[in-house]
Amino acid sequence: MTVTEPKPSYKYVGTRPVRHDGLEKVTGRARFAADLNMSGQLHGIVVRSPHAHARIVSIDTSEAEAMPGVKAVIIGDDFPAVEPGHRQYDMCINVIARDKVLYEGHAVAAVAASTRDQAQAAAAAVKVEYDVLPAVLTIDQALAPDAPVLHAHMMTAGANPPAEEPSNISNITRFSGGELDAGFAEADLVIEREFTTQPVHQGYIEPHACVADTGQDGHTTIWCSSQGHFNVRSSTATLLGWETTRIRVIPAEIGGGFGGKTTIYLEPLAVALSAKAGRPVKMVMTRDEVFRATGPAPGTKLRIKLGVQSDGNLVAGDAYLIYTNGAYAGPGGLLGAMTVFESYKIPNFEVEALDVVINTARSAAYRAPAAPLTAYALETMLDELAEELGIDAMDLRLKNAVAEGDPSTMGFPFARIGFVECLEAVRDHPHFTAPLGPNQGRGLAAGYWFNIGESSSATVNLNEDGTATVVTGSPDIGGSRASMALMAAEELGIDPHDIRPVVGDTEAVGFTDITEGSRATFATGMAVVEACRKMVVELRGRAAKMMGADIDDVDWVDGQAVYTGSDGDKDPLSMAAICAKAKRTGGPLTATGSLEAHGAGPGFAVHLCDVEVDQETGVVRVVRYTASQDAGTAIHPSYVEGQIQGGVAQGVGWALNEEYIYDSDGVMENPSFLDYRVPVASDLPMIDAIIVEVPNPAHPYGVRGVGETGIVPPIPAVANAIYDATGCRLRDLPMSPIRVLEAITANGGSNGS
Amino acid sequence: MSRVHVTCTINGDPAEFLCDGGQTLLDALRDEVGLTGAKEGCGTGDCGACSIVMDGRLLCSCLVLAPEAEGTTISTVEGMASGDDLHPLQQCFLEGAALQCGVCTPGFLVAAKALLDRNPDPTETEIRYGLAGNLCRCTGYDKIVRAVQAAAAAINES
Repeated sequence: MTVTEPKPSYKYVGTRPVRHDGLEKVTGRARFAADLNMSGQLHGIVVRSPHAHARIVSIDTSEAEAMPGVKAVIIGDDFPAVEPGHRQYDMCINVIARDKVLYEGHAVAAVAASTRDQAQAAAAAVKVEYDVLPAVLTIDQALAPDAPVLHAHMMTAGANPPAEEPSNISNITRFSGGELDAGFAEADLVIEREFTTQPVHQGYIEPHACVADTGQDGHTTIWCSSQGHFNVRSSTATLLGWETTRIRVIPAEIGGGFGGKTTIYLEPLAVALSAKAGRPVKMVMTRDEVFRATGPAPGTKLRIKLGVQSDGNLVAGDAYLIYTNGAYAGPGGLLGAMTVFESYKIPNFEVEALDVVINTARSAAYRAPAAPLTAYALETMLDELAEELGIDAMDLRLKNAVAEGDPSTMGFPFARIGFVECLEAVRDHPHFTAPLGPNQGRGLAAGYWFNIGESSSATVNLNEDGTATVVTGSPDIGGSRASMALMAAEELGIDPHDIRPVVGDTEAVGFTDITEGSRATFATGMAVVEACRKMVVELRGRAAKMMGADIDDVDWVDGQAVYTGSDGDKDPLSMAAICAKAKRTGGPLTATGSLEAHGAGPGFAVHLCDVEVDQETGVVRVVRYTASQDAGTAIHPSYVEGQIQGGVAQGVGWALNEEYIYDSDGVMENPSFLDYRVPVASDLPMIDAIIVEVPNPAHPYGVRGVGETGIVPPIPAVANAIYDATGCRLRDLPMSPIRVLEAITANGGSNGS
Repeated sequence: MSRVHVTCTINGDPAEFLCDGGQTLLDALRDEVGLTGAKEGCGTGDCGACSIVMDGRLLCSCLVLAPEAEGTTISTVEGMASGDDLHPLQQCFLEGAALQCGVCTPGFLVAAKALLDRNPDPTETEIRYGLAGNLCRCTGYDKIVRAVQAAAAAINES
């Protein structure tokens, strides 16, 4: 179902062709990083810390080096020294520890051997002597006055007055608007609530993997699973102290990322091992390693106070947000601050957000980082306010929703946005008024993500037969190649399947930032359009030459050069005809587009969730789900729906099941898909995705990124539905059966309030 | 250490390979036979990305020792299409956009085929439980379930 406001009619944009990379993926032929093997390849294994916090006293690799098949062993000292203040200090000491390990699973050494078994045996023989330090595992421990300090150099940024002693607070973000006290004074109803949430993992099905092949000339080629191969190149170069030109990175198919593959872990180790051994080295993480050593999303403690007038006008908001970012400085709190009040007109507000370090794996981005948690707090509180005031929850949101021209909390006025349209789409959906069964409840929630632009490059090459190859630098994690082909098809006027969309390696296409921030179809799409538009000018010029006409008398219409001048009739020239004569009209037909994209339109989403709660066990089952989202323009609607549906599933898992569980020493207790339970098919109903199209004025086709916003509303939608079913407000994640049952019991049994 | 010689049938063809006694069938298929369609997502039988059918049983090849394949008949995703003709499940996954990153797709296709082979007309609930051993983190399962429904209908019509 699509809600559409008037927009240009397109021939290809908005259609649903089979994706270009689909056939390889349904036949098992697609080559993911772990599927690649090189002649003479060695296997690399990482030696990881068993301690959450310890000083490395010594590392003895001599026994490991002498073992059968072992060709190289490396430790942190094999890499150039880095000091605090270095631009990528955290990345460097996270990839391989130097003097200290900061979480269980932190890499301390790596081994390459002829077989994986040999490498594993040698890894076990690397002797590391640790001086174990007390571990800081929670926000409260990190902020305690006598807390062990993880980083002796960490002086809180943004502290006022400036920090004089190191602490575990990496950053404080503060901003405000209006007059907070005056705002609360105007309110008829004020509520203040606290929430806690635990770290969760992105849960991509493909573990991190790479192969590195370093030649005797000091150049290396890396094949890897990454959301940004240019970033792999620059980070690897930084860590090794190499020039960028020595490193070529070829993106393999990527088996899911969701933000977790925007950073690097293995690649510099593989390159260093390969350089030392003079052989290609393949490294593949186990699932256990993925859980222990890569990208959880932050855990939080959130406290929010809201003031509202009796007619439903929000007048004041005060947020105090604390985000853990694992063992290194991170942006969780900053991003939470940027999103917490962004969806609603709240004239008086203050936000203070702390970013805190603890002895757990370094957090990585996860789909709309930080926003699902602020939405959890804010959107459940809006439900409470609506109930207290006797106002419908939808009407309260419609009354306060931001629209074009409204100031954001960040200070800028919103351009054209589709929040109200998303609310209306859900309000008008049959689900909104459908009856509920026994023990069922319904929850409504909204979400926001700002989306980003960044750098992108694209090259369009026309082939001799009039077909085209579109090369971009954006790894395709959700169907973006199909979108690139559709936009190019629309520009060039040829069928999308006469276009081959390709993700080029770092030496085949211009610099392109990571596939993150829902930017690929938006920003890289703009680069494709720019390249195609240059190509069309070139094609008109070539056709004019062939026709003996002036370029201004040649238009490009439906994939053909059409003569519009007054010098009689001339036959139109097809792309194929022009390409066939390219050698005689000026040579190969190629065009590039590269740009820094601005104007990524913010994405809004509104979700409606029905749950059924087993009052005796506390098990919550999602029984119906409807999700609207503003896509601007859906280039390939099936993959827009897929992004929405995938975000919902991850959000439902986050709401109900998923959490990192550590023992008192900071050792993760559930590092498997058995104990860290992500939703399976039988946990979910169909997810009705409503694509709302309010075109983004900054994009030639009106695109807004759609990859992230869909994960923002599910947690509060589920929480509000549980409340509707049980009368219990759950303010701690996950809302697992034991928590739900405790809440029901504390509430005096079923449906108390 | 001497290696174990295994003779079996893979995707209809006689096959033999050498493996280590402790090697998983998944690793043997990928590293010895060269069939990399089955993926390792967890190595503990929780994600289903390595699903294959051995002697008529759907199983996680990461939980089978390679020498156990001796004398068995194995089907993998690479054997689903016959020549140029995709299996209806493969066709419906493509047309229904039932894959995003695609790393779980081979496992889902193998598991879905095993489901339809024993239950040609499953309900939505039967499909969801039939595929509950396979994790997908991209799609929310909606389009996967619909693709299996469409494939079942296509097979039953033909």
